[in-house]
Amino acid sequence: MAESLLVIKDINVYYGAIHALKGVSLEVNKGEIVTLIGANGAGKSTTLRTVSGLLRSKSGAISFRGENIAHLAAHEIVKKGISQVPEGRRIFAEMTVMENLELGAFIRDDKEGIAEDINMVFTRFPRLEERKKQLAGTLSGGEQQMLAMGRALMSRPQLLLLDEPSMGLAPLLIKEIFSIIQDINRAGTTILLVEQNANMALSIAHRAYVLETGRITLQGAAKTLAASEEVRKAYLGG
Amino acid sequence: MFLALGLIVFALLQGLMAAKIIGSFWQLNITIIGINIILAASLNLINGYTGQFSLGHAGFMAVGAYVSVVLTTNFQVPFVPALLVGGVMAGLLGFLIGLPTLRLKGDYLAIATLGLGEIIRIVIMNIPYVGGAAGFKGIPHHTTFAWVFGFMLLTLFFIKNFVNSTHGRACIAIRENEIAAEAMGINTTKYKVMAFTIGAGFAGIAGGLFAHMFYIISPASFTFMQSFNYLIMVVLGGLGSLTGAIAGAFFVTFISAALASVPEFRMIIFALLLILLMFYRPQGLFGYVEITHLGPWREFFLRKERAKR
Repeated sequence: MAESLLVIKDINVYYGAIHALKGVSLEVNKGEIVTLIGANGAGKSTTLRTVSGLLRSKSGAISFRGENIAHLAAHEIVKKGISQVPEGRRIFAEMTVMENLELGAFIRDDKEGIAEDINMVFTRFPRLEERKKQLAGTLSGGEQQMLAMGRALMSRPQLLLLDEPSMGLAPLLIKEIFSIIQDINRAGTTILLVEQNANMALSIAHRAYVLETGRITLQGAAKTLAASEEVRKAYLGG
Repeated sequence: MFLALGLIVFALLQGLMAAKIIGSFWQLNITIIGINIILAASLNLINGYTGQFSLGHAGFMAVGAYVSVVLTTNFQVPFVPALLVGGVMAGLLGFLIGLPTLRLKGDYLAIATLGLGEIIRIVIMNIPYVGGAAGFKGIPHHTTFAWVFGFMLLTLFFIKNFVNSTHGRACIAIRENEIAAEAMGINTTKYKVMAFTIGAGFAGIAGGLFAHMFYIISPASFTFMQSFNYLIMVVLGGLGSLTGAIAGAFFVTFISAALASVPEFRMIIFALLLILLMFYRPQGLFGYVEITHLGPWREFFLRKERAKR
């Protein structure tokens, strides 16, 4: 049995009167890529935002490395080792690429380690190095996604939360981004990936959960789910 | 570098005043420009750098003004300690007000701070001890051009260093994108309250300087129209630029003074200027840019910054 990193148990999240997550439970083991797929409004992003502390669950528990983190504020959760790439990238548009990366390391103060990691990010995303003095807002959509991922890696997370990395990108770029996600995972970072593009997500993930209107309806190995009739019909276009 | 430049400007202005080339009317206005630069720069820390739309600056100015005049007039406290206590009290109030209100965003925060500024003014108006609506009389005249200039340099120096520090980076990140800032591990509430407290503190010092210029102050000097005035300076000069705040304070005060003979046109000209500016330069005169990043001296400053890394 693999060592579990993140355990979500029966969480309920509300937006005002709307019951968005109805008792969602899931588990992410160390070293895995786990993906959460589902239609628009199923609650995928809500789940991620609850883990990262941007939203709060009314009941249930979230534990990371055996420690309850459900009550922590977002900035404290980052310090525990969870880093999020928010939906829509949310880079700091009026700052340079370099400044964005430096802010990614906000919680750290080891100058040498930070410089090392900036180089690591540049090796992984060579295009960012070419544009390191450019304002982030002038980057293309794909480059902004790379920057958002690079920035999230700067806090040296154990668990990386990715929210719709394929959003608004051309098919070729999506392929590139997903292969980078695999590389990051192979280098030792556990990944929880929320994605509309179920095909791509299932092709790189180890395990998957299917979310439908706030409930987990299916779960299992990514390969099994990708082959299942039910998933094919609903999310993979036949 | 920064200090040397400040001292040269100071020597120049002081010399011109001593030689009576600058008359007493403009001498008064230059002093007011100095005070307004403190107010605009401190408001810029809140509105421009941290991106929290505050409209209650005159309220904090009033607190600093009243605390310091009570100390100097009724308790014979020396001028500078009284100013500092006024600043600290204003900062403390900013902290207390900031904690609950900075949970609000955008328009709601603007309305809440506008209301709080007015509450401060009305509370002062109803305290007989400080003269109520009639105002506080018999204030000793302490504020000189030299004091104002000194405190102005101090304010600018402090805010410049704050903005370039890790704390300042955090504030700018909040302005750029609050959710992303939170996701970077920045305690957004802490930094918003910090900027608000510091801004309010310097507004309090400016209030104390303002109060010791004349024989009397009254709550009518601290209405929300004043807060708007400072906001105009900041927006005109450029949200997120210290040079912009200086330029804005200078510009607005200068035009007000120059148009003193035709007060009925003053606001019309202001309004026109603002409309034109928002049309052609919505980011303000300087935008996010500092004067050190422009012109022939650009390379010099950039090299210096690079050397620091």
